Amino acid sequence: MIQFSEGTLKKVQEIIARYPEGKQKSALIPVLHLAQQESGGWLDVPVMDYVAGLLQLEPIEVYEVVTFYSMFHTKPVGKYVLEVCQTGPCMLNGSDNIIAYIEEKLNIGPGETTPDGMFTLKTVECLGACGYAPMLQLGKFYKEHLTREKVDALIEECRSGATLAK
Amino acid sequence: MKLLLDKAHIEGIRFFDTYRKNGGYTAVEKALKMSPDEVVEEVKKSGLRGRGGAGFPTGLKWSFLAKPEGIPRHLVCNADESEPGTFKDRYLMEFIPHLLIEGLIVSSYALGSNNTYIYIRGEYAWIPDILEQAIEEARSNGWLGKNIQGSGFDCEIYVHRGAGAYICGEETALLESLEGKRGNPRIKPPFPAVKGAWDRPTVVNNVETLAAVVPIMNMGGAAYGNIGVGKSTGTKLISACGNLNKPGVYEIPFDLSVEEFIFSDEWCGGIPNGKRLKACIPGGSSVPILPASLLLTTSTGEKRLMNYESLSEGGFATGSMLGSGGFIVLDEDQCVVKHTYTLARFYRHESCGQCSPCREGTGWMEKILKNIEDGRGKMSDIDLLWDIQRKIEGNTICPLGDAAAWPVAAAIRHFRDEFEWHVTNPQEALT
Ligand SMILES: NC(=O)C1=CN([C@@H]2O[C@H](COP(=O)(O)OP(=O)(O)OC[C@H]3O[C@@H](n4cnc5c(N)ncnc54)[C@H](O)[C@@H]3O)[C@@H](O)[C@H]2O)C=CC1
Ligand SMILES: Cc1cc2nc3c(=O)[nH]c(=O)nc-3n(C[C@H](O)[C@H](O)[C@H](O)COP(=O)(O)O)c2cc1C
Ligand code: SF4
Ligand code: FES
Repeated sequence: MIQFSEGTLKKVQEIIARYPEGKQKSALIPVLHLAQQESGGWLDVPVMDYVAGLLQLEPIEVYEVVTFYSMFHTKPVGKYVLEVCQTGPCMLNGSDNIIAYIEEKLNIGPGETTPDGMFTLKTVECLGACGYAPMLQLGKFYKEHLTREKVDALIEECRSGATLAK
Repeated sequence: MKLLLDKAHIEGIRFFDTYRKNGGYTAVEKALKMSPDEVVEEVKKSGLRGRGGAGFPTGLKWSFLAKPEGIPRHLVCNADESEPGTFKDRYLMEFIPHLLIEGLIVSSYALGSNNTYIYIRGEYAWIPDILEQAIEEARSNGWLGKNIQGSGFDCEIYVHRGAGAYICGEETALLESLEGKRGNPRIKPPFPAVKGAWDRPTVVNNVETLAAVVPIMNMGGAAYGNIGVGKSTGTKLISACGNLNKPGVYEIPFDLSVEEFIFSDEWCGGIPNGKRLKACIPGGSSVPILPASLLLTTSTGEKRLMNYESLSEGGFATGSMLGSGGFIVLDEDQCVVKHTYTLARFYRHESCGQCSPCREGTGWMEKILKNIEDGRGKMSDIDLLWDIQRKIEGNTICPLGDAAAWPVAAAIRHFRDEFEWHVTNPQEALT
């Protein structure tokens, strides 16, 4: 049985209150962000069904939203998801090399997770950091002006379990 | 002259006290002494055009807002910023958030929106904290909430995060997403001004547009309208990227030449390693790419300037667009075919899939471009690409179809020889 904590349920109520009466469906995407955070970074069917119940929606209304947006994962992901931008402006500044380097270093391809469950590599499209390319997103923050050395340091930081700051 | 970022360098400007001490919230004070219609009138006089890319006159759009009796209206701030090359709104929100909040309060007052929403792309995950802190500060100082500064006007601002979908920057897809649905664009008309969020009259404006309302109020609409060139009034944020010595966000005057913007040390500082300028996409990935010669001078031989009219001079044959101000520079070593391929892949990834020409066409264009790039293309593929993009353009519900078609069309129009070279030199194309 899935059950949000008291604190999270309170947050859900706060979110619902932002929208007009009876339009609690508007809270769906913000609540899914919370749900994904509470469920190890991905949304399993029972979690989506739970969210549907919270917001008085049909489960299908939740599934169709989850599958539309690229930030929601429907399969397990590693503890750290490295989302490297590969669109034009980043490509002009060597994102291909960064992706190849991470592939080589972690021995996984885009979309794959390391056997120890630590890292998932994901290629993504423009994240709005084009002037600070090449870049990747890790959790809440962006890592910009990437070099091989910066990638090394970042992966070390993750492995050592340090809390990641901006 | 800086109107938006003039205070961005001040230490602590992110916080209310510093912002207020430096002249912040005077635009709200001024607006609350006027009637809402008078505020709309000032914005009309300013000539401000939407900074989200389409350049539609903001005051005019505001005057179209329907006002049926007893039905709430909403202002929604479009902070979805996902057009490749564009990162100006992020800069504004991150470094001078109170400018946006102040602009939102004035605009909400003008439009009669008691509940205003900021729809921000989900990946900008740390920015909602900054905005929410600014909102809290504004509220505790009496600039938000009930009866703002004793005016009788109530206003709340909420931050709503998206979850990764470029299409949600299109205003009607944004509204669908705000309602908790997939981001499928609606057919326009009706425009949001008549039927928007929850079927209520809604104005959707870009972050920079709403921030510009602050200097407009402070100096007066007419004074703002006197700055700039022709119908390009005020100033514009440009996010510059690609092969530049100093990429970043700049606030430019509209009479600045493209050449000066790229090469002068005051601006982007030229191209790294002394390389030559090959091409540039001046207004975000969906506007046409231009080769250096057409970029720096118009078809009539004049210096091209960084404004709406000059950048589009010559139409698509020899010009481009100012768009969202995402300025992408390619140096002489870059491959236009490869760059265009990454953009085609982007649009295929971001198509919502409602219209067949866009859903299928973007996929075909991506595949064909990949083949050409990899040295597996045929000469006839170039014509096929041209044919596909033409069949997408104008045949879809929303302009994402056009946005996918134009970069491909412009790349073939101006760099056909490069496509042909890939076909005739498959071996070298791969390396
Ligand atoms: N900033 C970014 O990240 C991106 C920006 N864009 C830009 O978006 C542009 C296209 O946007 P659209 O909204 O489709 O353009 P549009 O021309 O349909 O509308 C522009 C604005 O004017 C309003 N409007 C137009 N006619 C109206 C009328 N008769 N009554 C009431 N309101 C009216 C619309 O509601 C909208 O807010 C492109 O030119 C592109 O440059 C595209 C992708 C991303
Ligand atoms: C595919 C697509 C994506 C868009 N993305 C954005 C965006 O991220 N930010 C934005 O302000 N406008 C975006 N727009 C334009 C909006 O539809 C709308 O014109 C704009 O928000 C109106 O605000 P403005 O008048 O202040 O520019 C997009 C349009 C299209 C067709
Ligand atoms: S043009 Fe593309 S993105 Fe726009 S509605 Fe049609 S399929 Fe969706
Ligand atoms: S292209 Fe990578 S952040 Fe924009």
